[in-house]
Amino acid sequence: MKYFFSFVLIVLFSFLLSLYMSWWSIAVVAFCVSLWLIQKPLWAFVTGFVSVFLLWGGLTWYISSANNNILAHKISMLVLQKDSPAMLITLSALTGALVAGFAALSGTLLGRVLSKKAAEPIQE
Amino acid sequence: MKILYFCTSFLITIALIVLLGSRYVTPLPLGEFLSPQHGVWYHAEPVDRDFNETLVLPALKNDASVYFDDRLVPHIVAESEEDGFFVQGYLHAKFRLWQMEFQVLAAGGRISEIVGDAALDFDKGKRRLGMVYAAENLLKEAEANPQTKMMMDAYAAGVNAYIASLKNVELPVEYRLLNYRPEPWTNFKTALFIKEMTRTLAGGADDLGLTKLRDFFGDATVRLLFPQVYDSLSPIIPPGTIFPLPAVIPQPPPSADSLYFKTAQNDDGALREIEKPNKDNGSNNWAVSGTKTASGAPILCNDPHLNLTLPAIWYEMQLTTPTMNAYGVSFPGTPGVIIGFNEDIAFGFTNSSRDVMDFYSIRFRDESKKQYFFDSAWLDSDIRIEEIKVKGKPAVYDSVAYTVFGPVMYDASFPSKENGKEALAVRWKAHDPSNELLFWYHLDRAANYDDYKAALQYFTAPAQNVVFASRTGDIAIWQQGEFPARWEGQGLYIMPGDDSSYMWQDMIPMEENPHSVNPERGFVSSANQRPADSTYPYFIPGNYDLYRGIAVNRHLDAMQNITVQDMLNMMNDNYNVFAEMARPVLLKHINENVLQGKEVVYLETVKNWSLRNDIEEKGATLFHIWFDKFKKQVWQDDLEKAGVKEYPSDGTLAEMLLRNDTSFVFADNINTTEVETLSDAITVAFKETVPIADSLDAVGRLAWGKSKNTSVYHLLGDRALPFARTGLPVGGGKHIINATAHSHGPSWKMIVHLLDTPEAYVVYPGGQSGNPGSIYYDQFMDKWAAGEQYEAWFLKRGDRSPQKKVWEMNFKKK
Repeated sequence: MKYFFSFVLIVLFSFLLSLYMSWWSIAVVAFCVSLWLIQKPLWAFVTGFVSVFLLWGGLTWYISSANNNILAHKISMLVLQKDSPAMLITLSALTGALVAGFAALSGTLLGRVLSKKAAEPIQE
Repeated sequence: MKILYFCTSFLITIALIVLLGSRYVTPLPLGEFLSPQHGVWYHAEPVDRDFNETLVLPALKNDASVYFDDRLVPHIVAESEEDGFFVQGYLHAKFRLWQMEFQVLAAGGRISEIVGDAALDFDKGKRRLGMVYAAENLLKEAEANPQTKMMMDAYAAGVNAYIASLKNVELPVEYRLLNYRPEPWTNFKTALFIKEMTRTLAGGADDLGLTKLRDFFGDATVRLLFPQVYDSLSPIIPPGTIFPLPAVIPQPPPSADSLYFKTAQNDDGALREIEKPNKDNGSNNWAVSGTKTASGAPILCNDPHLNLTLPAIWYEMQLTTPTMNAYGVSFPGTPGVIIGFNEDIAFGFTNSSRDVMDFYSIRFRDESKKQYFFDSAWLDSDIRIEEIKVKGKPAVYDSVAYTVFGPVMYDASFPSKENGKEALAVRWKAHDPSNELLFWYHLDRAANYDDYKAALQYFTAPAQNVVFASRTGDIAIWQQGEFPARWEGQGLYIMPGDDSSYMWQDMIPMEENPHSVNPERGFVSSANQRPADSTYPYFIPGNYDLYRGIAVNRHLDAMQNITVQDMLNMMNDNYNVFAEMARPVLLKHINENVLQGKEVVYLETVKNWSLRNDIEEKGATLFHIWFDKFKKQVWQDDLEKAGVKEYPSDGTLAEMLLRNDTSFVFADNINTTEVETLSDAITVAFKETVPIADSLDAVGRLAWGKSKNTSVYHLLGDRALPFARTGLPVGGGKHIINATAHSHGPSWKMIVHLLDTPEAYVVYPGGQSGNPGSIYYDQFMDKWAAGEQYEAWFLKRGDRSPQKKVWEMNFKKK
C-alpha cells in the first residue's frame, strides 16, 4: 500500500511542481515523499524510478503521438544519431527516472538515519 | 554507516542533477532538454493545434484581428498603420523569432558570440565590409522620416511584445540547441536586415580576381574573357529602343591608360576572402499585357532565386490597414510586404546584378592606419574599433580604417585571398544613406503606374528589375537603383586610392535607368541578364545571366491567349537553352574514333537527350559533367598560373566556341609540351566524364533529379541536418527558367492575375512556422517540389466573417 501511495504522490507532485518549477523538482518530490514514507532502500529507489519513468514516458509519449512524432524523429537523429522516436521517449523517461530514483533512495536513507534517533523505523 | 549510505546516495543525486542540467558532460542538458514539461517536447506541436488566441496588449491603438487560413497564412486587419506593423512584428516573432535574430546577428558579425571563435573570420569579414556602418546610415535616414520611423517603431514594439511574453519553455529549439537567448528587437536590427539583403544581392565584386588576371594576361584578354555584351543577349529592354543621350559623361582619369589598364607587379600571398554572395542569386519576373492573355487582364509572375533554407526566408501574409491592403511575402525582420500585390497592382523583383562595389588600393603612412595618402597629402582615417565578443573566450578587437571611399576591408591584419597584404578600401553603394523602407511603404499602397514610379525614387540598393502590372492594364519594368556613371573600364580592377580622379563621379539620373512601359511586344521581363544592348550609353559591368532571359523572352514572344496555367507551365519549364547552344559545339568537336565501350553508349545518351533538365534525364547529368570537365580543361592551367580560381562564365566559353572555334588558344594545356586542340580538350573531358557517370549509375544516381539531389537545408546547415529536407524530386537548374539547383532556386513562386479582384497562385519551399516540430514547418515543400501552387486567399476589405478563416487571433487593447 505504501509503495502505491508513494507512487501516486511522486507522480502527482512531480507533475504539479514541474508546472511552475525547474525540471529537477522531480528530485525534490521523490526525496520528500520517501523521507516521509520510509521504505526499504531498494524499494524506495524502484518507486521513485518507476513513478517518474511512467510520468515522463507517458507524457512524452502522449505529446509525441499528438505530434505524429514529427519532432521526435528529428531530435532523435540529433541526440541519438538514430531515427527512433521510441528511443527518444525511452531516453527521456530514463533520464527523469534515474534522478527520481536516486532522490527517493536518498530520502529514505535520510529517513532511516533520522528515525534511529526518534522512534523505531516503521517496518513492514 | 547509515549516514554514509545516505551521503553517497545524496551526492549521486546532486551530481546527476548537475550533470543532466548542464553541458559539462553531454552537449545538451539532457534532464532539462528532455523533460516533457520543460524541454524540447514543448515544440512537438499537436498536428491539430488550435491557433485561436486572444491577447491583451495595451501598446495597441485599437483592437486588431488576424484571420489564419488553412496554410497558417495570416490576414491582418488593423485600424491603424501602427497596429498593422505592430501585429506583423508580433507574428514574425511568434513564428520566426530565431531566424530573424540569427540572420541579423550574422549580418552584423556577431556569430562568434553564439558558436565561439570558429566564426571569428566570418564576423571580422562582416565588420570590415562595413555592414554595421551601412545599417547605421540607413537607420539615420529611416528615422528622420516620420512614416518609416512609425513603421520601424511599431514593428519593433510588436516583436518585443512577443519576446516579453516568451516563457523559457517556449524558446525556439535553436536557442536551446545553441544555448543563448533572444535580445530585444530594435530599429537598428531592421536596418541591418535590409543591409543583409543588400549584401546578398549587391555585395559581390570580381575586382580582385580580375586585377590578378589583368596583371597576368593584360587588359585585352580580360575583356575577352569577361565580355560586357554577349552575341546571344536578349536584354530586358527590347533591342532597337532608342536611349536618350546620357546626361552624365564621366571623365576617365588622365593616368588611366598608363596606370590602370597596364600590367602591375604581381603580389602573391593568399589568405582570406570575405564571404561572397552566391553567384546564382537571381530571379525571373515578367508581366504580360491584356493583349496577350485569354482574359484580357494582365498577368504578372515572379520567382526570386535564393539560397533555399529552412525556416524559409519568406513569411507569407496579408496586411490590411486603412491605407493599404497588400498580400505577398514579407521578410521576418522587416515591416511591410516585399513581393506581392494589392487590390490594384502587382509587383515583383529580379536582381539587377550590376556592379556597385569597387576597391581602391590604400597607402597608409604606417601600421597604425591612422593616415593615408590621398591627392598629394596625408589624410586622417576614421578608425573604428570593432569588438567581437567570443563565446567562452575574451573579446577580440579589430580596428577598421574608414577612408573617403569607405572601410578598408583588407589590410595586413586581414589579408585578402587574391591580393595579400595590400590595403584595399571598398566603395559600396550600400554604404550611402538611403531609405528603402519608404519605397516599400509607397509600393504596398500604390494604385497605378504613377504611384509605382513615384515609389521607385526611394530605391537605391540593391538595384532591382522591378516588374509591375495594374488592374487597369498597364505593365512596366524599371531597372531601379542608384548607379555610378562609370567611365569605360572603371571599377573592373582595383583602382588607385591616392587619386581622386578615380573616384565615383555622378550617379546616373533615374530617368535614364533602363525601363520599359507598355511595350509593343506586349510583355516585360527580366532574368538577371544585361538590361540593354550595347547602345545603352553607360558602362554597366555586372554579373549577368545570359540564358534564362533568352528562354523567357522566346516563350513570351510566341505566346498568345495566355492563361494562368500557361504561366505555371512556363515557370516550371526545364528546357536548357545553354545546352541547346553548347551541345552542338561539343558534339561537333569530339573525336568519336577514340571512344569505346561505355563511352560510346554515354555519348549516344547525350546526343539523344531532349535538352530538358527533367528529373529522369540521364543526358542532362552527362552533359553537365562533361561541360564542367571541359571548362576545367580550358581554364584551369591558364588561370592557375594567374592565381585565380574563378572561371569565366559558361556563356563566355560557349560564345567563343560558337564564334570562332578553330583558333581557340585556351584549349592548349600550357603545362604540356604538345599543343592541345579544342577537339583534344573536348574529347579528354568526355573521357573523364565516363567514370564519374559510371559511379553515379552504379548507385542509381545518374538521372538528373538524383544527381542534383535538390535539398533545402536548415540555416544551421550540417549542425541541424535532421531539420533539412533532402532528396526532393525537382528538375531544372542553372541557366534554366526553373532555376532549381542543388540547394538554390525559386524561393517564392507567384502568379498574379489582375482581374477586378486579383487572383494569385503562390508557393514557397517551406512553411509558415519556424518550428521544426510543427507540420507547418515544411508544409508547402512537396507542393513546391511538384511545381504546383496554391490559390491565395485575398481577403476583401471590410469582410469581417471570412469563409476561409480557420483560426482567429484577436489583439485587444484591453
